[in-house]
This record gives sequence, structure tokens and C-alpha cells, in this order.
Amino acid sequence: MRHLLSIDDLERADIERILDRAASFAEVSGREIKKVPTLRGRTVVNLFYEASTRTSSSFELAAKRLSADVVSVRSVGSSVDKGESLKDTVQTLSAYDPAAIVIRSPHVGAAELVARWTTASVVNAGDGKHEHPTQALLDVYTLRQRLGSLDGKSIWIVGDVLHSRVARSNVLAFQRMGARVTVCGPPTLIPRGFESLGCEVAYTLDGLPAADVVYALRMQHERMQEAFVPSLREYAAVYQIDRGRLRPGQLLMHPGPVNRGVELAADVIDSPQATIVAQVEAGVVVRMAVLFELLAGGHAPEVAAAPAPQPAEAAA
Amino acid sequence: MSPDLLISGARLLDPRADLDGPGDVLVRDGRVAAVGAPGTLEAPEGAETVAGEGRHLFPAFVDPHVHFRVPGQEHKEDIATGTAAAAAGGYCAVIAMPNTDPPIDAAPVLGSVREIAEREGRVRVEFLAAVTRGLAGRDLTEMAELRAAGAVGFTDDGLPVVSAGVLRRALQYQRLCGGVVALHEEDPALSASGVMHEGEVSALLGMAGIPSISESTMIARDAQVAGYEEARIHVQHLSAVESVQAVAAAKAAGVRISAEASPHHLLLTDEVLRSDQLHTRFKMNPPLRAGHDRQALIAGLRDGTIDCVATDHAPHANHEKEVPFEEAPMGTTGLETAFAALHTGLVEPGVLPLALIVERMTAGAALFGLPTPRIAPDEPANLVLADLSAEWEAGESGWESKSENCCFAGRTLRGRVLLTVADGTIAYRRMEVAA
Repeated sequence: MRHLLSIDDLERADIERILDRAASFAEVSGREIKKVPTLRGRTVVNLFYEASTRTSSSFELAAKRLSADVVSVRSVGSSVDKGESLKDTVQTLSAYDPAAIVIRSPHVGAAELVARWTTASVVNAGDGKHEHPTQALLDVYTLRQRLGSLDGKSIWIVGDVLHSRVARSNVLAFQRMGARVTVCGPPTLIPRGFESLGCEVAYTLDGLPAADVVYALRMQHERMQEAFVPSLREYAAVYQIDRGRLRPGQLLMHPGPVNRGVELAADVIDSPQATIVAQVEAGVVVRMAVLFELLAGGHAPEVAAAPAPQPAEAAA
Repeated sequence: MSPDLLISGARLLDPRADLDGPGDVLVRDGRVAAVGAPGTLEAPEGAETVAGEGRHLFPAFVDPHVHFRVPGQEHKEDIATGTAAAAAGGYCAVIAMPNTDPPIDAAPVLGSVREIAEREGRVRVEFLAAVTRGLAGRDLTEMAELRAAGAVGFTDDGLPVVSAGVLRRALQYQRLCGGVVALHEEDPALSASGVMHEGEVSALLGMAGIPSISESTMIARDAQVAGYEEARIHVQHLSAVESVQAVAAAKAAGVRISAEASPHHLLLTDEVLRSDQLHTRFKMNPPLRAGHDRQALIAGLRDGTIDCVATDHAPHANHEKEVPFEEAPMGTTGLETAFAALHTGLVEPGVLPLALIVERMTAGAALFGLPTPRIAPDEPANLVLADLSAEWEAGESGWESKSENCCFAGRTLRGRVLLTVADGTIAYRRMEVAA
């Protein structure tokens, strides 16, 4: 595998291979020295055109734990702000011969464009409202840790589907892993034609008790240029996941950051059913596994046989 | 004017002249001097003979919808390159849109571009002037003066005339000044920030959609206004099934309405964004729509609901298009590929007859009061010689246009223009028919 641009590019076996490797990295994370030497001497560029805390920090940590040199470029304070085009920026950064470019952009297809303009492997860390494949992988990882398998499980994705790249990637990933997916939200926030992704569409939470997993989406105020719902109060009244709506035994997921009191009530956020912290933890090891897959595990036969990750010597 | 010309033995096809068979055509002094059975006409002294055997000769095409970007955006296209592209596509005349910088909304601007067109144009260029000053949708342009200065009609193309009141006033004023009012139909409250067709593919890609009803509701509204004022309107670049229905209903009700469709809407759908990646050459307004929309456009072209083919040739510079899809400007070029693409996609598979395509590619002229090219004695020589079996990859040897943003780029097309005669002058010729 050369790039990770879309969940759609991954077969179930690819996902399982990446997540198995993530699990082995999780063991390393438990050790005092958390580094492995796999990417020593190689460079990973993080190119972030949007504010991000957890995704950018976990990609940075993931690359560092693989011993890569990391360059982080953010739109604020870089020549990106001076009107440099994405193409020029990518060609400039490519001159440093990076092994991988991790890109987050407010625009659909940005990662695909970058892949056209560089010889580096490209990881899509979120492109507009399109996809966020590493989020989907870490969510599947988290569910595998909790449930063992997603086969036959019912997963409800609730909230602002229209503005959510997480929803798109997760519908594809959950279904590929054998789950049945229902998306639920206000009719104004479900794109026309969304059922063509293979999921069910619901406008009320009436069927929620049958779900094994409830995945609440963040209300993306920052992406809304107009009023899609009459008020957040009314949204919360109809769609907020609270203790009354969350059935015992259901898992509750959220990609973060949470709008407390909007899509989730405070009383469920900290409940043992919530996997929100586990998802963040999974972010680092899953992104390590993705970088490993693209840069060390992939197409070249001689490195395909790379040994299982070992703790690096102190010198690394 | 080029020297006299004998095109011998081509298959002549001009549905309006009832021509469909092999023959010779002699051009003298810029006019069709004679049409005869193959081998019956002789080249006069000093005339050039072009072998037409195995090739087709049509009346040259007329495109009522191109963007030549003059004045103000000559880095995208200018009159010389735009008309070179037109000639290479078999066109003898085009109508350029006024959404330039500044817009063509006053007689002095129109006068200057007409002068440039006269000087630099390889084929005839006519102009539509703006309906409203600055294309702002508020105040009417000096329509009477613009007509007197040569505007063949009016449009705010690129933008809709959002206010029905403003449109009504323009249509009332048409009684004084004449000139077709051509309409880019789009309700901005419905199209909003959309960048592609709203449907399954936009849902998958997470891009804001432009619903087909943003076009059809405006057509229905404007057809009623036109009917009420007994005015003449032309609907530009139809893209959706609901739009075809709205035009058909208006025609049935007696409204003086005509309509055009572009080769890209007749041949491509939003599925290309799923399969061909998010190339910005597939970003245009109106957007490529769904399969059933495309089928409705084809049916509309067949039954005459859609009167003519128009390319909406919309060139942009590479650096403007080499950006993320949502950021890219709308538009694809089309002049150089229109005939070949329609021949490949509709005629060869037997969807539409060749004669109908030729008719619809020339019908735009009469809609805007221009002479219709015909292969008949005494008519001005407006001819296109094509090799329908020639296979080529669109863009393989570059473009006559300044721009490369053609939605058919890289596709294998069958049917190639070899020679274009525009108003008696050879405007384009390929090596195959070198002098």
C-alpha cells in the first residue's frame, strides 16, 4: 500500500493487518522506552491546514515513536498563509525527500491531490467533509478491543452526518468489518442519497435500543454557514444521548472534541460505557501502524519481512 | 478570403438542404458556387482541390455559448486562441458571453471587443451583452444602445437574474430593442455553496451539492414571466430532467422559449467524480448530473425540446484549476472536442443519428438571428470536412485554446475535423488535407 487516502481503498484483510500491528505497538506503549527504530533516518511531514489537537499530536507522536524525523507545518505562520498554493507547498516540502506527508485540509480531495504531486506516501488526516480514514481505523480498533469482532453488530451513528468526514469513513469501515450501520440525525443534516453508502437512515432515536454501539457525532458549528436546525436546544431535545437513551450494555463513542450538553449529556461522557478516552489512546498506536504499513510493511518485498517491532536501544 | 476550393467526393450531409450522399462542392469567391454529383465538378484555374473521398462534409457549426474572456482575463483565453479553438472544432461562428472584466454591459466595451473580434477572429464572433449593469442583477443595461452597437441579445450568464421583477422589466424592454434574453437558470438560495450535483456521489464525497431543482424552478418561473410578457427567452445549458420537463411544458403552453445543452451534460455524469478522481476539469456550473438527467437531455435533444448544442466553452488557466475541487473555478473547455465527443458518444452507439447532431450543432445560429450555414449554391461557404473514422486522444497534441481544462481530455474520440471553411476562408486545416 502506497497511500492511505480513503477507507474505500482498504479490504477487510488490510484493516485487520493494520490493527493487529497496532495492537503489537500497544505493548510497546506500555514500556518505559516507547520507541522502535523502524523509521530511523526517515522524515514524516505533518501538513495541517485546519486546527487539530488530537489528530496532529497523535500523528506526531506516532512518527516519533517510530524514530522518524518529524516536521510539522501548520497553516498559521507558514508560507501557506502568504497565499502559497497547495501545489507549491507540497513541491517545496517534497524537496526534503520525506517518506510520508500527512495532510489535513478543509478541502475534499486534498490528500489525493498531494499524492499526485509528491513521491512520498500520503496519509489523509481529514479532507473537508469527505473522509478521515485513520479516525475510522482507530474507532474499529477500539471496538475490536471491547467487542472482539464487529461482525453482525448494530452501530448507530447519530448527529450531524452532513458535515462529518468521520461519519463517511466510519460507515465504510464498520460495514467492511461486518457491522450493520444506521445513521440518524435531523433530516437537514443527512445528505440526500446517503443510503447509497449501504447504511440505513433514521430520523428519530426510536430504534436506538437495538444498537450495540452508539456513535455520537460532534455538532460542527464551525462548518455551518447557516441554520440547519432551529436551535441547539431543540437538537439536544431530540438527538442528545443521555442516560435515559443509552441502554445498559451499549458502548458510546465520540470522535471528540465533545460539545457537552449538546450531542452528549454530561452524565454519559464519563460513564464506563463511553470509550472516548480509549479512542484517543488508540490514535497513537493505530497511526504508528498506518505509517509502518505505508513505509515499512508494504510493497517492497525485502522490507515486507521486517521483524516485529522491538524496543529501540537507548541511543535511538 | 482563401483561393477557390473544390472538395471532391465527400459524403455531403446537410439536413436543411436535404443533402445526404456523395458529391462535389465548389467554393468560389467565398461562396458555394455549385453542388454536384461526385466527379462532375471541375476545379477552375488556381483552385485547390481537397479529396473528400471517405470523409464527410457538413455545414460548419455555430456555438451560441462560449467564453472568450476578453476583456480582462486574456490569460485564460483571447479572441485569437478562442476562435482558433472554434475553427479546430468545425465552428464558423460563435456567440461570446459578457461576463468579462469589465463585463460587456455598455456600448463602448462592446464596440471594443467587436473590433478585436473583427481583427483577430479566425471565425465570426458575435456577442451577448449583459442584462444588468455589472451583472449585478439590479439595473438594466442600456439595452437599446447595446443592440444598436451590435449585441445579438442579452444575458447575465455565469449568474442568474435572481429578481423576477428585474427579468420582467428586461423582457418588457425587449419589445423596444429586440434581442433574445438568454438565461443562466439557478436559484442561489438552493444552489448555495454547492460545487457538484447533489446526489449519491456528493453524499459519498461529502461535498455540498447543487440540487437539480435550483435550475428547474427558475426555468418554470422565468417561462411564466416570458409567457406573460410574450417575450423571447433562451435557456442556457440545461442539465437536469426537471429542466427538460419545464422547457417542454413552457413550449407546450406556447411560450417563445428555446434551450441548449452542452456536450458534457449530454455525455458525462457525476459518476466521473467517483471513478476518475476529483479532476477539476469536471467542475462546471451547472454540474454534471446523474444518469437519468443525461438520458432526459438526450431525449430532449432528439425530440426538439432542446433546440441546439452549445459548448459553454469556459477556459481557465492551469494554476487556477490545479487546486482542491471545492476551490476551483467552474468551467470546462469544449469547442475542440464537441463534435468528436458527440459523434463518439451518441452517433456511433446509435443513440442519435448523425444528421440530428449536425442539425443541432448549427441550429444555434437562427435562434440568435444569425444566418444558418447551408451547403447550397450562393450560400456563404461555411463548411466542415471531417473524418469520422479517425481516432484520436483528446489533447494528445495540445490545444488551440490557451486552456487545457477540457472534461474530455485523455479520452479516445472517433471523428476528427480536418478542414473548416468559415465565411469563405479556410479557418483551420489539418496535415491530412495540406495544401
